[in-house]
Amino acid sequence: MTFSPELEARFAKMIGNYPPGRQKGALIPMLLYAQDEVGSMTPDLIQEVSRRLKVTPLEIEEVIGYYTMLAREPRGKHHIQVCTNVSCQARGGEELFAHACSRLGLHNKEKSADGQFSIEEVECMGACSWAPAIQVNYDFYYDMTPEKFDKLIDSLRQMQ
Amino acid sequence: MNQPTLLRPPHPLEVRVLTRRFEYPRTEPVWLDEYLRTEGYQALRKALDLTPEALVDEVKKSCLRGRGGAGFPTGMKWSFVDRKSPKPKYIVVNADEGEPGTCKDRILMGFDPHRLIEGCLIAGRAIGSNRGWIYIRGEYRVYIDIMDRAIEEAYANGYLGDNVLGTGWSFHLSTHTGAGSYECGEETALLESLEGKRGNPRLKPPFPAVSGAFQCPTVVNNVETYSAVPDIILKGGEWYAGLGTPRNGGTRLVGLSGHLNTPGVYEVPLGMNLLTIVNELGGGVWKGRKLKAIIPGGSSSPVLKADECDIPADYDSFAKAGTMLGSGATVVLDDQTDMVRVLARLMSFYAHESCGWCIPCREGTAWLKKITQRLDSGVGASKDIDLIDQISNSMMGRTFCPLGDAAAMPAMAIARKFRDEIEAKIQSTQAFVPAPGTRPLVVL
Amino acid sequence: MPDPITLTINGTQVSCAPGTLVIEAAKQNGIEIPAFCYYEGFSLQAACRMCLVEVEKMPKLQPGCTLPAAEGMVVHTESPKVVEARKSTLEFLLTNHPLDCPVCDKGGECELQDMVFRYGAGESRFTEIKHHVDEKQWSPAVYYDGSRCILCYRCVRVCDEGIGVTALGLSFRGVSAQIVPNRGDHLECDECGWCIDVCPVGALTSGTYRYQSRPWEMNHVGTVCTHCSDGCKTTLSVRNGQVLRANNRDRSGVNGEFLCVKGRFGFDFVHHKERLQSPLLRKNGQLQPVSWSEALSAVAAKFSEVKARNGQFGVIGSTRTTNEENYLLQKFVREGLGSKNIDHHRTGDVVTLLDALKGRTGALATVNDLYTAKAALVLGADLSQQHPLLAYQLRANSRHHRSATYLVTPGPVREEQFATKALRSNPGEELNLLPQLSDDLKQHASLTVLYNAAIKGDAVRQLVAFCDSLGIEVKYLPLVDYSNSRGALDMGLLPDLAPGYQPLRNPGLNAAQILSSPDLDVLWVVGANPLKSASLAGEKAFVVVQDLFLTETAQRADVVFPAASAYEKSGTVTNTTGEVQRLKHGPKVMGTKSDLDIIALLARQLNIDLGPTTPDRIFEQIRKTVHGYNVALPVVATGGAAPTTPVNGGVPVAVNPSLISPSGDTLFTSGTLGRYSKMLAKVMEAPGQLFKA
Repeated sequence: MTFSPELEARFAKMIGNYPPGRQKGALIPMLLYAQDEVGSMTPDLIQEVSRRLKVTPLEIEEVIGYYTMLAREPRGKHHIQVCTNVSCQARGGEELFAHACSRLGLHNKEKSADGQFSIEEVECMGACSWAPAIQVNYDFYYDMTPEKFDKLIDSLRQMQ
Repeated sequence: MNQPTLLRPPHPLEVRVLTRRFEYPRTEPVWLDEYLRTEGYQALRKALDLTPEALVDEVKKSCLRGRGGAGFPTGMKWSFVDRKSPKPKYIVVNADEGEPGTCKDRILMGFDPHRLIEGCLIAGRAIGSNRGWIYIRGEYRVYIDIMDRAIEEAYANGYLGDNVLGTGWSFHLSTHTGAGSYECGEETALLESLEGKRGNPRLKPPFPAVSGAFQCPTVVNNVETYSAVPDIILKGGEWYAGLGTPRNGGTRLVGLSGHLNTPGVYEVPLGMNLLTIVNELGGGVWKGRKLKAIIPGGSSSPVLKADECDIPADYDSFAKAGTMLGSGATVVLDDQTDMVRVLARLMSFYAHESCGWCIPCREGTAWLKKITQRLDSGVGASKDIDLIDQISNSMMGRTFCPLGDAAAMPAMAIARKFRDEIEAKIQSTQAFVPAPGTRPLVVL
Repeated sequence: MPDPITLTINGTQVSCAPGTLVIEAAKQNGIEIPAFCYYEGFSLQAACRMCLVEVEKMPKLQPGCTLPAAEGMVVHTESPKVVEARKSTLEFLLTNHPLDCPVCDKGGECELQDMVFRYGAGESRFTEIKHHVDEKQWSPAVYYDGSRCILCYRCVRVCDEGIGVTALGLSFRGVSAQIVPNRGDHLECDECGWCIDVCPVGALTSGTYRYQSRPWEMNHVGTVCTHCSDGCKTTLSVRNGQVLRANNRDRSGVNGEFLCVKGRFGFDFVHHKERLQSPLLRKNGQLQPVSWSEALSAVAAKFSEVKARNGQFGVIGSTRTTNEENYLLQKFVREGLGSKNIDHHRTGDVVTLLDALKGRTGALATVNDLYTAKAALVLGADLSQQHPLLAYQLRANSRHHRSATYLVTPGPVREEQFATKALRSNPGEELNLLPQLSDDLKQHASLTVLYNAAIKGDAVRQLVAFCDSLGIEVKYLPLVDYSNSRGALDMGLLPDLAPGYQPLRNPGLNAAQILSSPDLDVLWVVGANPLKSASLAGEKAFVVVQDLFLTETAQRADVVFPAASAYEKSGTVTNTTGEVQRLKHGPKVMGTKSDLDIIALLARQLNIDLGPTTPDRIFEQIRKTVHGYNVALPVVATGGAAPTTPVNGGVPVAVNPSLISPSGDTLFTSGTLGRYSKMLAKVMEAPGQLFKA
């Protein structure tokens, strides 16, 4: 399995960041960055990372089951994460999530049929002072309202 | 690397030390050129001329306490590392900012990345380390990218690398991304994660200062803690300590969120009155409503009712009030807040984030989640409130790591302080009433 | 020995060695601190929180499993606070536990049941919906019911730290956290089933035992595994004459709790439907079931006739029958038939070693020595595959005592995981590489050397010479392959050595010579299958076979006696380290007789007086007459392992290396017995995969 040259360069550097013989340290970063490119924790990806870092597939499974950002199934092209934790809840995060679900016609952790959108209710993403906040993939959107959300979805749709 | 400005104009009550480069409405991080123009890396130059002992002493004098939540004296933590150990010593930055309500580390990394790097270098110098990692939560990719670029700049200009500023001392630093786990904010779970494992916490002792990252002596501190170090070295520990109250040195960042007019991240001296922070910096409760409660130090800190909030915001005063300063995250709740809903949301958070390692936390958080969600939907009885209290009691102090306490404390506080409100909710929306003298086997 | 420290537990002053954990200090003084995750000998978890104890001057309850006892510490293990904490922990555990005790295999021997019985939490305040996950089958041997699992991680640790397989892990988190197998939906491992044994609840259940019985309905018979030569104690649980499971939870014997797949699951050959249950006699070219008296008469008649005309007998004894049977067999042959032509399938060279060590004492290692040795050197053997207990001992020694392990093997072996140095040699050329290790080996005060059939004849003498040159204390462990291979040697199933390695002046024919002798009149095979790999030259030979199954050799027989397996009889066996242990009969298979009875019946039929013919009385005779077997009777009688001390005088016979050939068995094969174990066949991962690590 090969990755893009940029990712390969990143991995090459990354492995050097851990003490000799302890390259397993790179496991979680490697999985997450690889997922950005591959889409999800495919068997090929697991095998490849297992080979590169000399960790067993079981060790990788343990980690995949633990970290919520590591996805077994590919998410939508725009993975919309709505925080409903206490700070966001206080400023309408839950209503925003309900609105987002109905706007996209999706339930929590579902993906649209065209693969464009997926939605997930997430825990605090550290944007409490600018609540309610959402994240689309890695991009934050602050002080959200249902209206702003709709505009955002429209603009994401137009990006296609 | 444009980002929406998350900054507020300076407030007269603020004392800007860590945030002094954050002029409003900045959107671009302070890159190396600008950093150097504004005293950047001066502290490092000074530190390179001092002995490691002197560095630790200076930090001790500053009364700097860990800004991640536990508030452990930083200088003392550094002094626990055996500099003579033949093993490599490591610096780890805890940037796994995940405590609900907390959003300060992102500001520090997002706007002044070199300050953190400089703090790491000084800490590295103080404990005789040659390597550090900045463990940043996975959701903060944008800040990982900023830190990566700043680290690259520092390498290119001799601040990091095999020969730091020509002294022959080598120090390497890199970012390490998490991938979605609150528990990894606990320092030993973070170290496990750094080693490529599940974020299950480790048995203590040994503490990280003895056996931390890759089983080597390690200092783990929060972003804000390291970021405070350059100014301490440059201007002296006593100067820093003088900014706060006795034993509670310096300034700290408070993240104000919730029902406020001007939520945001502000830098205040320790010991400022909590109500002052909320009413002045936060602009008071929004929509002209009244204050109901404050969660004063991140979601794990026991809630304060409005009449309990007139206290200085420092470690000791908060402890006296039965809560904790934690990560400085202040969530303000107005008088229309449904506390049952808040409780249910918090419990669902802890159940989601419990790593599952030990029984009281794994089962206790899940149980609390189910009860509180049921109460939130109006199904329950007043004995459920007692049960919340009892379950929390059974978790307190008995779990492997502090996550169990973190869930139990707010549960207990809300159940006790807002009992009437919970009762009222149960009474008003009684959806299922068991026959007298019976009880349902399973409540749906 | 550092000075002991004194602490107070429940008002009683006790002392223990510094560094002792509170839970252990309590146990040593008869105070039980309950725990699920704490498991002696394995890493500490502090996960279950059952062992929380109250320690004066400490604000919080402390886990007894990780807290080292300290001088002056005052501990309360049953104070109201502690009892309340235990009760609430149990209540927590039961919230998501299915409470399906009526259909759970573990019922009656479940630690969770016992704890709740003791500490309460009988009434639950949990009225929510339980978290449920469906049961999964991970292998023919192992099933996992995640809902019952309390996550004590015992299984994960025995698999990883104990066996070195690391087939189990932990995935998901919070209340969804679960044990997961290494191949996604199934296990690929040694299938030893230890995870099932250590499971304190019914989360891991055995493919053979599940839904079979209640533990109290079975008789638990501690006997010795009949597969390899390590001599593990295995406790057979028997109901109505049927073995339903095997384990060794009482930790008796040389193996403690350890058993491999064969010890735990390889007992089912006993009840295989092809077991011979009646004597067979060849009539008109066909083997036909006959009565015992008819079969015995036919054999006796033939034996008398051949003996009378001084014809040629050839006897091949067994590596699985008891010492008593072997002793009686050689006595029968030598005294009763007047023949010297007796041998067995030799799988290792013990004889040359004994000769090379003449005059020394204490130079032979026991199983326990492997756990305490400062250093070990393994020559030629794939221990994890062929001697799993010995591999386990070395691994435990390395884990607990940081002992050194050196390997010289013809291919990769699992012991490399913890070996200090591992060298690869061409097969049979292990000795050539030893000089490379000599500097390393010299650094250790003592050394235990294990070698298998790759080192035989003069090579053994070279090995001893090399070890002598190191100038350190060296113990030897000659590896043989079958459960009583060592006993067969000791009991003189050899053409040139009588019991106790007493040389005979005029040696008889060895196994190869017997099989290739055209003049052979009678071939008597007791519990062996020589014709699987060789042909019988003596075409006119009358062949008598005692066996469990109609093996290749039995198919050639004129008379076949249905023999009882080792699990169905009493007696003693000697393992590869020369330790004697007692067999106890568990199940019963109708129609069979022990080889001892068959030999005794034949003797009676022939009017040969062999003296007493009960196992106990023969063992007495062995103790009195066979050199090295004068072991402490109580040790053996109570199910312990008594080390024999074979000759320390010379054994002046030349060993023909070509007569020594390894069994070639792996972890999942066991000669004829393995072929008739359905469970072994089902779980087999890689037959014949020696040196594939």
